Amino acid sequence: MVGAAGTGLLAADPMVPRPVSIRRKQRETHDTFTLTLDVPDPERGLPFVPGQFTMLYLFGAGEVPISISGDPASPMQLVHTIRAVGSVTRPLQALQQGSMLGVRGPFGSGWPIEEARGRDILVIAGGLGLAPLRPLVYHLLNRRGDYGHISIVCGARSPADILFRHELERWGGRFDVDVAVIVDHATDTWHGDVGVVTRLLDKSRCEPANTRAMICGPEIMMRFSIRALNDLGISDEQIHISMERNMQCAIGMCGHCQYGPAFVCKDGPVFRFDRIRPLFGAREI
Amino acid sequence: MQHTDEQRVVLSRQDFPSLFAALRNHGYRLVGPTVRDQAIVYDEIRDTDDLPVGWTDEQEAGHYRLRRRDDAALFAYNVGPHSWKKYLQLPVLSLWKARMTDHGLLFESGEEAAPRMAFIGVRSCELAAVTIQDRVLTGGEHVDMDYARRRQQLFIVVVQCTQAGNTCFCTSMKTGPRADAGFDLGVTELLDADRHEFVIEAGSDAGKELMSQLPHRPAGMDDWQAATGATQRAAAQMGRHLDTGGIRELLYRNAEHPRWDEVAGRCLACANCTMVCPTCFCTAVEDSTDLAGQTAERVRRWDSCFNSRHSYIHGGIIRQSTRSRYRQWLTHKLASWQDQFGSSGCVGCGRCITWCPVGIDITAEVAAIRADDAHCSGQEGSDT
Amino acid sequence: MSELHNLEQSIREHPFAEGMPGRYIGILTGCARHAEFREGTFLFREGESADTFYWITAGKVAMELDAPPRGAIRIDTRATGDALGWSWIVPPYRWFCDARAVGEVRALAFNGVCLRGQLDEDPELAYEMYRRFVPLMYRSLHATQLQLLDVYGAG
Repeated sequence: MVGAAGTGLLAADPMVPRPVSIRRKQRETHDTFTLTLDVPDPERGLPFVPGQFTMLYLFGAGEVPISISGDPASPMQLVHTIRAVGSVTRPLQALQQGSMLGVRGPFGSGWPIEEARGRDILVIAGGLGLAPLRPLVYHLLNRRGDYGHISIVCGARSPADILFRHELERWGGRFDVDVAVIVDHATDTWHGDVGVVTRLLDKSRCEPANTRAMICGPEIMMRFSIRALNDLGISDEQIHISMERNMQCAIGMCGHCQYGPAFVCKDGPVFRFDRIRPLFGAREI
Repeated sequence: MQHTDEQRVVLSRQDFPSLFAALRNHGYRLVGPTVRDQAIVYDEIRDTDDLPVGWTDEQEAGHYRLRRRDDAALFAYNVGPHSWKKYLQLPVLSLWKARMTDHGLLFESGEEAAPRMAFIGVRSCELAAVTIQDRVLTGGEHVDMDYARRRQQLFIVVVQCTQAGNTCFCTSMKTGPRADAGFDLGVTELLDADRHEFVIEAGSDAGKELMSQLPHRPAGMDDWQAATGATQRAAAQMGRHLDTGGIRELLYRNAEHPRWDEVAGRCLACANCTMVCPTCFCTAVEDSTDLAGQTAERVRRWDSCFNSRHSYIHGGIIRQSTRSRYRQWLTHKLASWQDQFGSSGCVGCGRCITWCPVGIDITAEVAAIRADDAHCSGQEGSDT
Repeated sequence: MSELHNLEQSIREHPFAEGMPGRYIGILTGCARHAEFREGTFLFREGESADTFYWITAGKVAMELDAPPRGAIRIDTRATGDALGWSWIVPPYRWFCDARAVGEVRALAFNGVCLRGQLDEDPELAYEMYRRFVPLMYRSLHATQLQLLDVYGAG
């Protein structure tokens, strides 16, 4: 059966990608770039919930799971921020505008934007973790009146590795959002903070009893952030994190992304922390 | 076909080949047990002579041998290294092809028409395993469409076990030795000095219809009692037992039990257990292109949580040690599976025990953890 | 009685107690016991309540942080003559990392909960302990900062 994009059975088979082309490519840092893609269905767009991901296919090379990093209010374009580290993402970085890719999705659970309405929101990003959090921030700012105080806290390796730096500066310039950035190390041209991201947490103006924390970054960074949040009186039920595991099918059938009984591709990647706490402390789970 | 007794008939040994002929006439490809490579495996078969007539299997932990019987029984053995999943969730499957054309990137589904298959000789534990895989692969939000197509056309002929093997423990997992539903025809072989007959029971309309086309006599009460008596004897012969009481909580709270280190000292991470297990479902995808770079293909193949890259993400492998992989396999099979799919993942067929090259026994591992449960001992402290 | 004497002597002879007045040796002895760890076992785990601390009398202990998917990273080691663990003296009294025996380890184990109570009541004892711990923390922090520079990297 030969199929074109979005027709009949092929569109229904969740294992078959749909073709998309690159509308724009921009460099973010020395190893990170953002692709803006056309959507497979120009009438419907690709609606998604902040926190979801797609499987991006590069002809012959394979697929990678990439969080959507764009604005959920703009479903007519699909935005992905990608770090070039492997056999698929490095050739992706070399592509130009007009190149074709395949996409499956969106998949997975999203940040709890509905349940968090009326709350203070503490967004904590480590490194590339800011990419799956950016759609959340866009949503919070699009619906600013629905939320209380907003604090965005970012940790990065060095100033050159700060993701979306100009946007962070723009958000920080607003009077209704607090933004704090800290780096592990820096040269003397950096006049910001140096240290670990947990140091910024107790300076947040979010009211602990009314806070919803949303964290994405390396697991060890999330682990220590959660400890610091607990010490501030923010409980596990108030915290959501985004997990990463080996994803191949993205529909809960290949078995690779299992995390205890959870399939990260469909029960996650966003989890309320109290539901996975026993797994989080264990090695090699 | 309205009277209840008409759902059970007796087929003589002489007439047994008519079952095969009738299925072939209905356009089914027959798959069943046959002797090959010194084991009883599943393969396409044609008629009764292809069955392991007069053979039995001798199984123990890390041990499998075929032995000649002194009779001509057709089904007097248990299960071999193959399970029926090789015909439903294919070991290798082309998912789709992609082509770079002037009009852009095109994807072509690899879907092919599924063959009409009849499985001859499905044991009760195996039927339970198929039901479990049905739930995993077709019972969720997404459906494995190739599996669904093959499954939909399947005609299942169950053979009710009249003997149990040394590594069998279906009674512990409540999956046998008698299958009561979910099949088209059930067969119980009755063989002694006086007779060689088969009690046939219909489990579906398709089964009833096929049965009516076979030369038979009605099954009497004594025939039926002989049949059920034989499976009761099998139930009493189980070579292994697994205590499933509270097993989910037991395994979850013993993630750091020293037994995992102990078994890791024996386990080779060879993945035999996952290959022979009738419910293991992990698959991996491989992407490739032809030499010209014009056509790409995505192929799905069986994978195993014991393989080194199963839990690979950029930066490293989450489950690096054999200890963590064995723990993942056993905990998933007996505990996490319940949270995921509402049942145990184990059917007690014993294949993993038989086919482990070092004879690791899942029932013994659970018993060892249970005997020294962290919940009872309070803590896993190590200072004096 | 000789067991207790043995314990007190071990404490007195340990480098960490050098120059410590006998009165405090006595208090420490009252909160101490011998401990042994087989290779690969954990003395404490990240996040656990820091109720016990150790002075190592024989062997080596590695401090590890689990950083998936890289696995457990060894960030520091302590050996014979070293003191291990100061989370017992700093609120909220929870271990920062895992501590794992690299070979066979013998140590003096001190009941941190009991000692914390003693420190609250005896400022001079508290001073004796803090003036030994603070330089350890100081040296460890600066060493860590130098390690952070990754000076051996390709740059």
